[in-house]
Amino acid sequence: MHKILEARFLAENIKLFRIEAPRIARKRKAGQFVIVRLDEHGERIPLTIADSDTGAGTITIIVQGVGKTTKALNMKERGDSIMDVVGPLGMPSHIDKFGNVVCIGGGVGTAIALPTATALKKAENYVITINGARSKNLVILENEMKAVSDESYVTTDDGSYGFHGFVTQKLQQLIDNGKKIDFVLAIGPIPMMKAVADVTRAYKIKTVVSLNPIMVDGTGMCGGCRVIVDGVSKFACVDGPEFDAHVVDFKNLADRNKMYTKNERVSLKHFEHNCRLDKKINEIKTMND
Amino acid sequence: MAKLTAKERMQISRHPMVEQDPVERSHNFKEVNLGYTAEMAIEEAQRCIQCPKPTCTMGCPVSINIKGFINLVAEGDFSGAVKIIKIDNALPAICGRVCPQEEQCEQSCVLTTKYKPVAIGYLERFVADYERENGQVAIPETKASTGKRIAIVGSGPAGLSCANDLIQWGHQVTVFEALHELGGVLVYGIPEFRLPKEIVRQEINNLKTMGVEFQTDIVIGRTITIDELLEEEGYDAVFVGVGAGLPWFMGIPGENLVGVYTANEFLTRVNLMKAYQFPDYDSPILDCRDKNVAVFGGGNTAMDAVRTSLRLGAKNAYIVYRRSEKEMPARVEEVKHAKEEGVQFKILTNPVEFIGDEDQWLKAMKCIKMELGEPDDSGRRRPVPIAGSEYITEIDIAIIAIGNGSNPLIKQTTPEIEIGKRGTIIVDPETMETSKKGVFAGGDIVTGGATVILAMGAGRTAAKAIHEYVMTKPS
Ligand SMILES: Cc1cc2nc3c(=O)[nH]c(=O)nc-3n(C[C@H](O)[C@H](O)[C@H](O)COP(=O)(O)OP(=O)(O)OC[C@H]3O[C@@H](n4cnc5c(N)ncnc54)[C@H](O)[C@@H]3O)c2cc1C
Ligand code: SF4
Ligand code: FES
Repeated sequence: MHKILEARFLAENIKLFRIEAPRIARKRKAGQFVIVRLDEHGERIPLTIADSDTGAGTITIIVQGVGKTTKALNMKERGDSIMDVVGPLGMPSHIDKFGNVVCIGGGVGTAIALPTATALKKAENYVITINGARSKNLVILENEMKAVSDESYVTTDDGSYGFHGFVTQKLQQLIDNGKKIDFVLAIGPIPMMKAVADVTRAYKIKTVVSLNPIMVDGTGMCGGCRVIVDGVSKFACVDGPEFDAHVVDFKNLADRNKMYTKNERVSLKHFEHNCRLDKKINEIKTMND
Repeated sequence: MAKLTAKERMQISRHPMVEQDPVERSHNFKEVNLGYTAEMAIEEAQRCIQCPKPTCTMGCPVSINIKGFINLVAEGDFSGAVKIIKIDNALPAICGRVCPQEEQCEQSCVLTTKYKPVAIGYLERFVADYERENGQVAIPETKASTGKRIAIVGSGPAGLSCANDLIQWGHQVTVFEALHELGGVLVYGIPEFRLPKEIVRQEINNLKTMGVEFQTDIVIGRTITIDELLEEEGYDAVFVGVGAGLPWFMGIPGENLVGVYTANEFLTRVNLMKAYQFPDYDSPILDCRDKNVAVFGGGNTAMDAVRTSLRLGAKNAYIVYRRSEKEMPARVEEVKHAKEEGVQFKILTNPVEFIGDEDQWLKAMKCIKMELGEPDDSGRRRPVPIAGSEYITEIDIAIIAIGNGSNPLIKQTTPEIEIGKRGTIIVDPETMETSKKGVFAGGDIVTGGATVILAMGAGRTAAKAIHEYVMTKPS
């Protein structure tokens, strides 16, 4: 059991949790993830470690409620517990002194990009961050990103805040303005990562993305997390999750990630039905009290 | 009862296993084999002619005193019988169910040539079940504490048997397991209908009662390294029993289409994550109902996967295997059960391509027919493709069960442990010691995918060597 010491929403539907996991906190490096299972009936899902505190023995995860498990997780509060937290898994980010680097986070991907951006800053890079969201109310970690950046930008698709447009348009603008860029890290929805790869490919800028295939064990045993990189299958949980963006087969990843869309709908419905039942039961209970 | 003569004994015919009806069982996950009654067990045991030089024991990888235990079964002393087995095998209820007896003890039984061999496996299972069901399992005594601490990595049969011996000799034993459940392949791989998980759970509970400490959700190499176990956490020795890993693929086009599973993933979703109870359990699995499912391979894993797909409702369940049935490495009983349940065998058939639709969902497989040519390195006749014999079969789900490589995590983080060509750990076969001092290894991580009994045997050999190592090591 891992106790939740802090739980707060960063934006609508995006929640930050600080949880007790001393062994993981001690070992974790930027770019690594944990697998969590909420309870006895839960599935195992990977979540990137956004931060850790060795002294307090805690790790931070930031979760967007999409399917049943993430929605159920986001209903947890301080004092609640998570049954299983395993990690740190995956290879740490490759940190080097590249020169000028651009770290792009799209949506909740910003939470995953932040630790690597921090490490890149520590390695004496000139760090530019682009923090993209659909709309102003969905922008997360603006100050945290700014704190590790030499230059930072926020973009919104609808123009409600910061630069009006996609993260790729901002990136293109930087390139067009003659900024020399040595390295790009892009983490976010698959179409965004693919779009960034398409932009930087033309300029031969080394670009890394962090992939999020469906996982089960996270130790290289099941092969469910395989992704096609440069024409060969790689296991994201042991070989990744970061890969060279220019040779990732994004279409295959997107298609494979849709494998259980039907099941997810069933699961969510089942969950919401049970939630309503619980609510009803509580109402009746309070009425009777 | 008067003693039977050898001749009389040989006239009794082998007692078949009592089984669930094939049609009924192909729709449920309950155990297929129901076990002998006491009368059947005694009669079957009477078939044993008590050879002066019993060859059966030579066929047993851990040299169980088979003649001795069967003699007690014949006398109706079932608890005495199981005690004899337990001298050499800590997990008889499990081995009685999953060992390939037809290639081991039963193949070596003298009766095999003229009659059918004594049903050694069924008797082993019977006495172990008898002991457990009658609450007679005696927890072995443990010696006074030696003050030595031993870390065991992996809770499969290798790790469990190693822990079982070390705790009895008075050492403090901690087992670290990467998954949230204990038991290794016994819980995530082998299905309930062949090995009820309750049996594995009870064996583990017995170890807990004896004082073995278990820590789940710890990935050695990631959460803690072997060096840290030895240097920072104060363990005197480490046993590595992490099993096989990294499933192999066939290297044909279409293996990453949606609907192509490895057997490890398919079985883990069903057995460990209980996807067959979705949505009560959260982990999903593709709906097999009224679907065509093809499983590639001829081993136990392939049989387990194909029979699981039937239980999940598959309309057609195929085994696709490139050699002939004779070469299949699966236990004979599993092949028999699969056939009875309606699995269709496409032998001497090799897949050459998976075909998908525009959304990359699997639609069909293209296969080529094979014929047997000259023997290869393994002594088995090499299958060669018959030119122009390709054909296409519609399938919805493909499950690849052609074996595993080895897990890379330990070697990534402990480079001093010497690794062989196939990624397996190299050990001294006498002691199971690796090239790193104080670190021992055994089971599938050393042999590559093998058997439960070999893994258990390796765990015990290592336990003996670890005991000597920690007791003579200057502290
Ligand atoms: C589907 C299937 C059916 C089979 N059927 C049979 C059969 O009928 N008869 C038979 O004799 N054999 C059978 N086998 C083979 C048999 O199960 C194996 O040979 C045996 O389990 C090997 O035991 P082990 O202890 O070496 O490893 P495993 O049982 O694989 O256990 C290893 C354990 O270590 C854990 N682990 C891995 N890495 C780490 C790490 N870094 N840190 C911590 N823990 C870790 C794993 O999660 C696992 O729990 C079958 C195998 C499969 C897959
Ligand atoms: S070889 Fe067969 S008959 Fe002889 S002792 Fe062993 S089980 Fe009995
Ligand atoms: S999640 Fe199972 S191998 Fe990566």
